[in-house]
Amino acid sequence: MSGASGAPLGSAVVEEARPRPARRRDGPLQRFMRHRLAVFGAAVIALLALACAIGPLLLPFTDTEIDIMQRFAPPFSGVHLLGTDPLGRDILARILMAGRISLSVGFAAMVISMLIGITVGLVAGYYGGWLGTVLMRFVDAMLCFPSIFLLLAVSSLVGPAVGSIIVLIAITSWMEVARIVEAQIRALKARDFAVAAEALGASDARVMLRELLPNAIAPIVVAATLNVAHAILAESYISFLGYGIQPPTPSWGNMLDNAQSYLTSAPWLAIFPGAAITLAVTSFNVIGDGLRDALDPRSGGR
Amino acid sequence: MERDRAPSTAPAALAEDEVLAVRDLSIGFRTGIGELPAVRDVSFTLRRGETLALVGESGSGKSVTSLGILRLTPRAPFCRITGQVLLRGQDGRVRDLVTLPEAEMRDVRGRDAAMVFQEPMTSLNPVHRIGDQIAEAVRFHEGLGRRAALDKAAGLLELVGIPDPRRRLSSYPHELSGGMRQRVMIAIALSCEPQLLIADEPTTALDVTIQAQILDLLRRLQERTRMAVIFITHNLGVVAEIADRVMVMYAGRVVEQAPVRPLFGAPLMPYTRGLLRSVPRLDLAGLGRERLAAIPGSVPDPLAPPPGCSFAPRCGHFEPGRCDAAMPPLEHAAPEHLVRCVRWPELAAGTI
Amino acid sequence: MDGLAADPALLEVRDLRKWFAGPRPGPFRPRARVRAVDGVSFDIRRGEVLSLVGESGSGKSTVGRTVLRLMRPDGGSIRFGGADITALGRDALRPFRRRMQLVFQDPYASLNPKMTVEEIVGAPLDIHEPATPAAERRRRVEEALSLVGLLPSHAARYPHEFSGGQRQRLGIARALILRPELLIADEPVSALDVSVQAQVVNLMLELKERLGLTILFISHDLAVVGYISDRIAVMYLGRLVEVAPTRALFATPRHPYTEALLSAVPIPDPTVKRERIVLAGDVPSPLDPPSGCRFRTRCRYALPACAAEPPALREVAPGHFKACIRDDLALASAIGAA
Repeated sequence: MSGASGAPLGSAVVEEARPRPARRRDGPLQRFMRHRLAVFGAAVIALLALACAIGPLLLPFTDTEIDIMQRFAPPFSGVHLLGTDPLGRDILARILMAGRISLSVGFAAMVISMLIGITVGLVAGYYGGWLGTVLMRFVDAMLCFPSIFLLLAVSSLVGPAVGSIIVLIAITSWMEVARIVEAQIRALKARDFAVAAEALGASDARVMLRELLPNAIAPIVVAATLNVAHAILAESYISFLGYGIQPPTPSWGNMLDNAQSYLTSAPWLAIFPGAAITLAVTSFNVIGDGLRDALDPRSGGR
Repeated sequence: MERDRAPSTAPAALAEDEVLAVRDLSIGFRTGIGELPAVRDVSFTLRRGETLALVGESGSGKSVTSLGILRLTPRAPFCRITGQVLLRGQDGRVRDLVTLPEAEMRDVRGRDAAMVFQEPMTSLNPVHRIGDQIAEAVRFHEGLGRRAALDKAAGLLELVGIPDPRRRLSSYPHELSGGMRQRVMIAIALSCEPQLLIADEPTTALDVTIQAQILDLLRRLQERTRMAVIFITHNLGVVAEIADRVMVMYAGRVVEQAPVRPLFGAPLMPYTRGLLRSVPRLDLAGLGRERLAAIPGSVPDPLAPPPGCSFAPRCGHFEPGRCDAAMPPLEHAAPEHLVRCVRWPELAAGTI
Repeated sequence: MDGLAADPALLEVRDLRKWFAGPRPGPFRPRARVRAVDGVSFDIRRGEVLSLVGESGSGKSTVGRTVLRLMRPDGGSIRFGGADITALGRDALRPFRRRMQLVFQDPYASLNPKMTVEEIVGAPLDIHEPATPAAERRRRVEEALSLVGLLPSHAARYPHEFSGGQRQRLGIARALILRPELLIADEPVSALDVSVQAQVVNLMLELKERLGLTILFISHDLAVVGYISDRIAVMYLGRLVEVAPTRALFATPRHPYTEALLSAVPIPDPTVKRERIVLAGDVPSPLDPPSGCRFRTRCRYALPACAAEPPALREVAPGHFKACIRDDLALASAIGAA
């Protein structure tokens, strides 16, 4: 006797054992918004960028204006909100102008390194074979090289200028991206939709750019964010060591360099640019983490 | 018997020859937008030596039902199981698996009830030799020594028809073919002579000739051990071949349950009828080209279920006002034949 | 177009071979060769559905991909519409690509998740008729969608919003938008639910009739194959063992492997009781296939002579070919059982 009961009348809600993927699930934006730290980081970067962009226009001082009566003015003590440096220049104005340089160097270097990295990774992953092997071994060789020495050596050769520093940072930081893209493309190439495009007679460029690359966008975006942080840090290193942005043009790195001699007598000279670097780099890193979670469907959802 | 939490109407014990009784089993998953019932009010009993086939498409709840019986669904806050699952253990005691503490549940799994999955490669640990994996199961439940456990493992491999079992003990899972791996899984499942074997699509990933071997093996083993088998599949040919009774599920509910011959010979639920008519038959191959009677549409969206009978939107016998009014009850059309359809008397009489 | 006309075949495959590099037996030894397809010959006439049946590892999918020239064959020839496409390079193949299309098994993996339905179904137009005006392109996408039973309003959606059966329809729409002559369907219904399988099988038959398609249907499911095909070719370990019209193959199988395969398929009718031929063991490795007849290690009729040399595919009845040296066998029919 099969002991089944008459089912009570109830709501007819039913669930599929295999829920339809991505259906009515939160989108990447919602998942990102749930990552509180990342949202905070994004807000910090937005504020920082805004302040650097319009802040200098609102201040009564420029970054190079020397107020000889107000040398070594401590912060929060007078008209100079964050104090002044040994020449009596306003620290806040310098921080904001330096932010313009540092942030743009960071972004520009990121864009160039992404272009190199994506191109190399795409070509290596799509074509594979000896071409892929040669390219990826070159990537490995570049990674083995301590990039900070390369940066210093080359920048002492070519002479410091914003443009050359951007290029230098970019060519020492594209390898990770190339690796990520190569691995993604190699996996995606074997998927049926890529085979379908091939069976249609699509050109290599179409398969690479229209079919494969959009599916690899998530890790690329994450890598890009982390790359900005890396570039800002790299610019600070080389400027701090005197091979980067040259005074009187301020950058966060060379402001730290100038502050070295006054660490005990005027610590604010180091604290504010140091804080700016930390804030920017940390923010980009947490944004990267947030994006990783938001864009990776496996980590999202619940 | 013990823990009388079930609805008062349900008898609390098992009849003499019964191994399993599932009563009003409901399984719900917690999701971001509230609880989603995957299985609703499933009830059935299973006798010693009997094979019950659980048939349904993806989303029917057939696999969730089987996982829920052994409480292999996600744990408490993410998944809620209600109802009663009475299982007679090797020791003759009847336990309600829904309320059993997790520690005791671990003893039940493997010893009293075992499971075989569709994809043996994911159930076997790739870094351990298969001999050790079988021996581990034996030692866990029977407390045998390593040597004795390996001896038993070799015996089990022989039982499931693996040639040269002694040598095979030291193989790794990837060194075996799909059919061989499924035999190993069956050997592990049978290692402690369970009362109940749950086989979830065990032959779906296999080629037909290998499927034939595995079905043959399961049948011979069942004759020997008299274990009860729940066989989950979507393949109606396999059902016809191995089942004593069939339970058809659709959108989380049982829609028809009957012994195999009446179910195939005179199905009453339109969904069962549609399913049977939509499969091409080998013995009618190449005889002209009248279209297969496909069921239109697809399974309902669990988040926007239709009112009334869940099959109504795809049903050829849909009658407005009756079918979409309320979920039809599961009714007895014959002593052993249950059907969930308001129009079954008309279907049985052949008037529609 | 009628299959009965004395047309030359649309597709002629002769002695096709495709080998893959296997593992190296030792660090300095050459790689082993996996003979995935080893001397396969068949024709498909215009308007015909030929099915290629076999178990996993038989090489049936490789035949499909090689015929489409997604892979370069290692031997033999492929003629399509009278032209030899065996060795054509990428650019020379392009005009042929639009005339032969592929439908995949997995409706989830074969559609680019980042593209809308319109982009996916319209992709063949972008590639082969890039000059198509936007309005015309849109019209043809909608026409292709309605051809497979989907709505024009579906064009703006993404693949994940569709069920498995609907996705398979999208894959078919993409394959048909250029009105190809040959459709190669690689297990197109195996990943679908039973009730949806029938919908897609019916759709393919309907489209075949309406558009005069020629179909190479690759499948392991003999019941589906028996329903859809005009002729069936059975593959085992990279070789064809039997080729016959559908009814003849099921009623009077001539190769022991076909007999075993047919008897292994469970019939959804508990009143049918058949004698089941259970083949012993697994399919041997294609790295080291048996000498002579490749099926002989599992064949219950094998003779010592079977090991001598590979049996040729020869015509034993009109249109009925087999590769087996034994003509004295009375093999079980799949049809008499019912």
